[in-house]
Amino acid sequence: MTVLAVKNLDARHGLLQAVREVSLDVEQGETVALVGANGAGKTTLMRAIAGAHKPAAGTITFNGYDVTRVPAHKRVDLGIALVPEGRKLFPQLTVEENLLVAKRSRNGADWDVARVLEAFPLLKPLRGKRAATLSGGEQQATAIGRALMTNPRLLLLDEVSLGLAPVAVDDVYRSLATLIEAGTTILLVEQDLRRALDNAHRVVCMLEGRVVLEGAAKDLTREQITEAYFGLRGAGA
Amino acid sequence: MTWVNDVIQGILLGGVYALLGCGLALMFGVMRIINLAHGDLAVLGAYFIMVVLDHWNVSPFLALLPVLPVMLLIGYGLQVTMLDRSLRSGVLIPLLTTFGLSIVIQNLLLEKFSPDVRSLGGNAGAIATSSWRISNSISISAIGALGLGVAIAVLGGLQLFLSRTQAGRQMRATAQDPDTAELVGVNARAVYARATAIAVAIAAIAGLFLAIRSTFFPFAGPTQLIFAFEAVVIGGMGSLWGTLAGGIVLGVAQTIGAQIDPSYAVLAGHLVFLAVLASPRGGLFSLRGATQ
Repeated sequence: MTVLAVKNLDARHGLLQAVREVSLDVEQGETVALVGANGAGKTTLMRAIAGAHKPAAGTITFNGYDVTRVPAHKRVDLGIALVPEGRKLFPQLTVEENLLVAKRSRNGADWDVARVLEAFPLLKPLRGKRAATLSGGEQQATAIGRALMTNPRLLLLDEVSLGLAPVAVDDVYRSLATLIEAGTTILLVEQDLRRALDNAHRVVCMLEGRVVLEGAAKDLTREQITEAYFGLRGAGA
Repeated sequence: MTWVNDVIQGILLGGVYALLGCGLALMFGVMRIINLAHGDLAVLGAYFIMVVLDHWNVSPFLALLPVLPVMLLIGYGLQVTMLDRSLRSGVLIPLLTTFGLSIVIQNLLLEKFSPDVRSLGGNAGAIATSSWRISNSISISAIGALGLGVAIAVLGGLQLFLSRTQAGRQMRATAQDPDTAELVGVNARAVYARATAIAVAIAAIAGLFLAIRSTFFPFAGPTQLIFAFEAVVIGGMGSLWGTLAGGIVLGVAQTIGAQIDPSYAVLAGHLVFLAVLASPRGGLFSLRGATQ
């Protein structure tokens, strides 16, 4: 079953067209990695799917509903949750409050503070601390936990390893692996190709706003992706 | 001993200023809107109470009860229809919008109620005039003590709302980052409307005490706005208990100024305000407050 269907999506930042006619499907239970160089339009695409960026053209369908014009907070109700680039925690709120803000009362809602702390044990001793005082890895865990509190049917993760120490990245991906095994549908942006190939079922590569390569992670070679990543001329770089 | 009495009267007066200020602080803390119509909304509340009293011969405190939901609705409506739109155009437009709103409210009041100076002190009965004598020179007025008590209750209630309830958490989250709040499922516009509704309703409570303790007329709002603004700034912007402290400092400065010469009361308050503005810390409490 297709959870997310993006069709011919265009998105602009003023005059700059960041996303050009992108079409993308994500199936139930699948983990899709979105890779590409800086400025390829990955973050804009993620924000458009979450409702934080208004697309110029195209449609976004979620579980059969056209959500293209649905405001961000209503998409959260439907089951789309974005972990934004740079984590964007509420700095003066405690870890627990950051989680509770995202809490909703929906039928079948099964994520609560206790379960998030179970999934991210490093947060257990920190629940009363202000988010601003946390380390990068702790903040990232809180940000993912906050998104999980909304009980998403589709989890969007934008650059979860950005600015983190390698150890912290390992921690975050260990927790993500559990989520992936549990069948959570995930679309993630990742700069690190190895991590993208190791964790995702499918890889989508963007270049200058377009999708230039798409395929199952096990079928793609690093060379193929590198070539698509930098465009034809960059193949040897 | 008169000085001790002045300080006590100033503290009591400070309660009313804190009531006036906390709505201003809430709107600034959540939306970064400086509501220049805040004083006029307090005066509007006083007129609404007066209208209720014209129809029913009850205590002004009882008359406040039907006025509160009306003020909540007015605040909600103002945010949804006017302030939301003006917020989209940057920080200056809300300032101009609320300035315009202030003029509109003043002239509507003038049109409807004439420029006569009013007071609800007569309607309040014994509570407006009675006091406890502590010694020959020290006495505590009942209405003053009630004003301070209500201020503490309102600020405490607001603090509990912000720290303990889901709606309060959402308000604090939205104050810090409205875009991200939307991404975790918070309807930021609804939160804004709620904040303005609460601020306008509290302004009406302040209007009640203003109307009983002293007088009001259609153009009384701007003076009250300045007192509210001074209380908020002295206390450190965006901090609720700071606003109470700021209101008390302002009240004490005014009563001590009045003791030196009755015409110095307001001036003394302004001087303390300027001194705080000029001080390196700029406010009794730091910027980090309950609403932040």
